[in-house]
Amino acid sequence: MGADVRRSFPGLTMQPFSGLSLLKQGLSGQRGWTAQWRHPEPRSAYDAIIIGGGGHGLGAAYYLASEHRLGSIAVLEKGWIGGGNTGRNTTIIRSNYLFDESAALYDHAVKLWEGLSQTLNYNVMFSQRGVLMLAHSVHDMQVSKRHVHANRAAGVDNEWLTAEEAQAFCPPLNIGDIRYPVLGAALQRRGGTARHDAVAWGYARAADALGVDIIENCAVTGIRRHADGSIAGVETTRGPISTRRVGVAAAGHSSVVMKMAGVQLPLESYPLQALVSEPVKPVFPCVVMSNTIHAYISQSDKGELVIGAGTDAYTSYTQRGGLHISSHALEAVCELFPMFRRLRMLRNWGGIVDVTPDRSPIIAKTPVPGLYVNCGWGTGGFKATPGAAHVFAWTIARDEPHPINAPFTLERFRDGKLIDEAAAAAVAH
Amino acid sequence: MLLIQCPYCGERPEVEFVYGGQAHIARPQQSSELSDQQWTDFLYRRDNTRGAHAERWRHTHGCGRFFNALRDTTTDHFLATYRLGETAPRAPAEPPG
Repeated sequence: MGADVRRSFPGLTMQPFSGLSLLKQGLSGQRGWTAQWRHPEPRSAYDAIIIGGGGHGLGAAYYLASEHRLGSIAVLEKGWIGGGNTGRNTTIIRSNYLFDESAALYDHAVKLWEGLSQTLNYNVMFSQRGVLMLAHSVHDMQVSKRHVHANRAAGVDNEWLTAEEAQAFCPPLNIGDIRYPVLGAALQRRGGTARHDAVAWGYARAADALGVDIIENCAVTGIRRHADGSIAGVETTRGPISTRRVGVAAAGHSSVVMKMAGVQLPLESYPLQALVSEPVKPVFPCVVMSNTIHAYISQSDKGELVIGAGTDAYTSYTQRGGLHISSHALEAVCELFPMFRRLRMLRNWGGIVDVTPDRSPIIAKTPVPGLYVNCGWGTGGFKATPGAAHVFAWTIARDEPHPINAPFTLERFRDGKLIDEAAAAAVAH
Repeated sequence: MLLIQCPYCGERPEVEFVYGGQAHIARPQQSSELSDQQWTDFLYRRDNTRGAHAERWRHTHGCGRFFNALRDTTTDHFLATYRLGETAPRAPAEPPG
């Protein structure tokens, strides 16, 4: 146990997880576990502050500490760790985006996902069970095949299946007896799911072990700037904190936070809904997404079917949405998988997603020196968590973008260099 | 589902309407004279307000007419709806946070 972990975390304060430690705790009634991260009071100054304690923010703090050896780092979270979009998404991971820039970014994430449990010494339950994206029309087939070919040319795995092959891969799938029959599907075998809370907790625990202060229940109320415009610090509900570098990873609230520094973003925030069913035995082998009749579904290891619905039509910060939106997704699921028609739904909820005009994220420097932003992930930020956090940390530490996030600037909207992933984003907006 | 007060037809369910984004954005008259940044701001920059938000709606499955609304984006409560050409009613003080 622990040799790799101790190398990665010199001065280790956390308890490493291993077969042996689980056995020892099991024999002593699981009473020996300590808190997974500290709850420190905020200091008066840090070398860098990350606003937003979701996967993207915690991951950025972790990579700043582990790869860039930046001195003191704090993550400020207005609620609790994993209470925002990190704990509200449908946990799907894939990298089959159309354009080279996006494929590089999302595939960077998939490669990091593949080793993440070992890196963090925390089981994020990454499961490469395959993501099947259905085609229901001639147009769908053309678009899907174009994606398959583009992905393969970019070195990202994706393959075209006939309807029968798709059904063989996912036996519950009804391909024929429906209003929009399944004509084929694109399959990314390296895609899958991960346990979303574990991603936030794993990054929080690993970052904390490297000395990052994770400060929950601490909302940022203002961003202070020097006379030359550069970052001087932040005002929070737990007092002012000085810093020269601020990284904003505030998802749906990015516009609100960035406005405190006088930066307006090309974002609109919408509620995106998801729901889970009662838990049942393992019945569903993969992730299935249908762009056209709009549903996506997978089964969690607890047995719940995790179902993604669409965004509401209007901008909102309410973290809920109209019932007709989730009903629509359920109708599509019942068409595609008749065996789920008698399942009961347990919970539904919404998360606020920040959508850019080209459906691609912004991971970039801003006009304010010392202020960096990672936003605009729209409906698909979870899948990118490790990759986005990794290149965001690079951008903050070196004051220049990593080659992978260099195209994802704020200025691309002015310069006409859009990365138009409206089709690949898969959620109707 | 929201109930929306169409200024022409009265209260109707949300599914009869189409959302039209932030209101009161006028297309610049002399677009060829704008800088790239001004044109970008017109095309893409949005207030994305947390609080009272002036926005366009169209009663597509009803009278078919556009109108404006003032809605609190923290509660989805409609504060007012008003006809095109009318100025936005004054919003109450911004909610905290």
